[in-house]
Amino acid sequence: MQPKANKKKSQWKDVWLRLKRNKAAMLGLIILLLLVFCAIFSKWLAPYGYDEQELSRRFTPPLTNGFILGTDQFGRDILSRLIYGSRYSLLVGAISVTVSAIAGSAIGAVAGFYGGKIDNVFMRFIDILMAIPSTLLAIAIAAALGSGLMNVIIAVGIGSIPGYARIVRAQVLTVKEQEFIEAARMSGSGDAHIIIKHILPNCLAPIIVQATLGVASAILTAAALSFLGLGIQPPAPEWGAMLSQARQYIRGYWYVVTFPGLAIMITIFALNLFGDGLRDALDPRLKN
Amino acid sequence: MQDSFLDIKDLVIHYSTADGEVEAVNGISFSLNKGETLGLVGETGAGKTTTALGILRLVPNPPGKILSGEINFEGRDLLKLSEKEMRKVRGNKISMIFQDPMTSLNPVITVGDQIVEAISQHYKMPASEAVKKACEMLEKVGISAERFHEYPHQFSGGMKQRVVIAIALACNPTLLLADEPTTALDVTIQAQVLELMAELKNELNTSMILITHDLGVVAEVCDKVAIMYAGEIVEIGTLEQVYNNTGHPHTEGLFGSIPDMESKEKRLHPIQGLMPDPSNLPKGCSFAPRCPYKTDKCEEQNPESVELESGHLVKCWHCINKK
Repeated sequence: MQPKANKKKSQWKDVWLRLKRNKAAMLGLIILLLLVFCAIFSKWLAPYGYDEQELSRRFTPPLTNGFILGTDQFGRDILSRLIYGSRYSLLVGAISVTVSAIAGSAIGAVAGFYGGKIDNVFMRFIDILMAIPSTLLAIAIAAALGSGLMNVIIAVGIGSIPGYARIVRAQVLTVKEQEFIEAARMSGSGDAHIIIKHILPNCLAPIIVQATLGVASAILTAAALSFLGLGIQPPAPEWGAMLSQARQYIRGYWYVVTFPGLAIMITIFALNLFGDGLRDALDPRLKN
Repeated sequence: MQDSFLDIKDLVIHYSTADGEVEAVNGISFSLNKGETLGLVGETGAGKTTTALGILRLVPNPPGKILSGEINFEGRDLLKLSEKEMRKVRGNKISMIFQDPMTSLNPVITVGDQIVEAISQHYKMPASEAVKKACEMLEKVGISAERFHEYPHQFSGGMKQRVVIAIALACNPTLLLADEPTTALDVTIQAQVLELMAELKNELNTSMILITHDLGVVAEVCDKVAIMYAGEIVEIGTLEQVYNNTGHPHTEGLFGSIPDMESKEKRLHPIQGLMPDPSNLPKGCSFAPRCPYKTDKCEEQNPESVELESGHLVKCWHCINKK
């Protein structure tokens, strides 16, 4: 008897092996890692400070005088600002999605598992949240709380709770009817154990897909808030705020607007590629 | 009276639905000694599974409810235990094997971890020890311990049922409820699984309640047989008593519907008619509408059980009259 005869091939190792075979997902992952790298080491990577103004070099076109992406209306290096800006986008995306995914999953799982009155109370609350367009909700919350990074995270996070709650609840309703849940009950498991150990892992795939897509939409919403002036305030180099300030120069100086827009686009594209790949890799039934 | 290990008295379980009260189990009583196997046989909807769920107090509530009765198990009435105490019984003292191994395993957890979970649910032991125990269980049901880290979808149906058996027996339960454990398997695997269950049962001295449609399986595995019809036990006794000295017309009908191997039969001989709707049971004997021997009395009054021989109880007016 050798318990660990086959070296434990952990689930995550398996997932990783399958993910590695998916080229599109790997491309997405590489872009994301680059972004994370940029965000962490922006101090050393950026050739200039994000608020280094020099009015004599306003609107330098790309690839001139050492400014790879040119400079903006105050003569600040766009590349440096984009590199610093990745911090905001990734922070907002990651934290708000984590918070809303956890809160939403908890609400959805409890509502779906117990049903009846609890389900009704929770889901009607969620319905109320859903009745308000999420951008509008985020604007309202941001307007009420004031601007700033933390408030943007809260505003974006609350707006996306209903999505998770509904997805998880629907999934829980199908999973909880399955025989292995009954079998778990037969073997003496309590409710909490069943929800955490048996039900939620079976709901993981849709949660992860929703979360990766959610990071994308969180970044977009945060950018939109900044664009409207409710989010992160200038001179902080948030991508949405950069877009917002640059939009009046779009006719004469395309690069001031294009590069922040491209940065947002590429980030979201990468997140979507990665999210799709992860979903495929996480489903053990697709294993080959 | 001898103190038997499982003693069920007058168990009544009803489901209340929008269409009225469904009388799934109506006052069944039986007892089981340690190490014995009882075959619970009956048509679809006779209340077999509800009885098993009732023993574990897991009848889905709502709509199901255990209305009355006693389930004395190892000297305690299970119906009087708190939910917390009951959880300690489930899986530890009494465990259950389901009909369909395809769906009774969690698809996202490795089979090894599922056995470990069953063990650590009831015994505090270091993880490494639980893993060792789980590997032993796998070997015991004839699966190499090397497959500990594989997922259920990597196993065939028969193998999965072995895993389910390993989980069920992991805590050395004293009572095993097997709900049609072989129905979803093909015939060759059925034999293997039954053999395995019988073997392990003897080894661990576990009692078993085997729920099945298959009288052949019962003849091979069981010591006692209970025939259920419309929520009642219409006939119960030892294997010989029920098979060789059949008392109830329903049991007779069940035997009659098995084709004879020797003679060439063009048609099967099913019991005529269908089971009565359990939400609208007939006033008299519930089998009367389908019974070839029915009399007016059968339709008016529900018979009491009568003891034909020691331990052989039949619920039929004809047997009462014969006495």
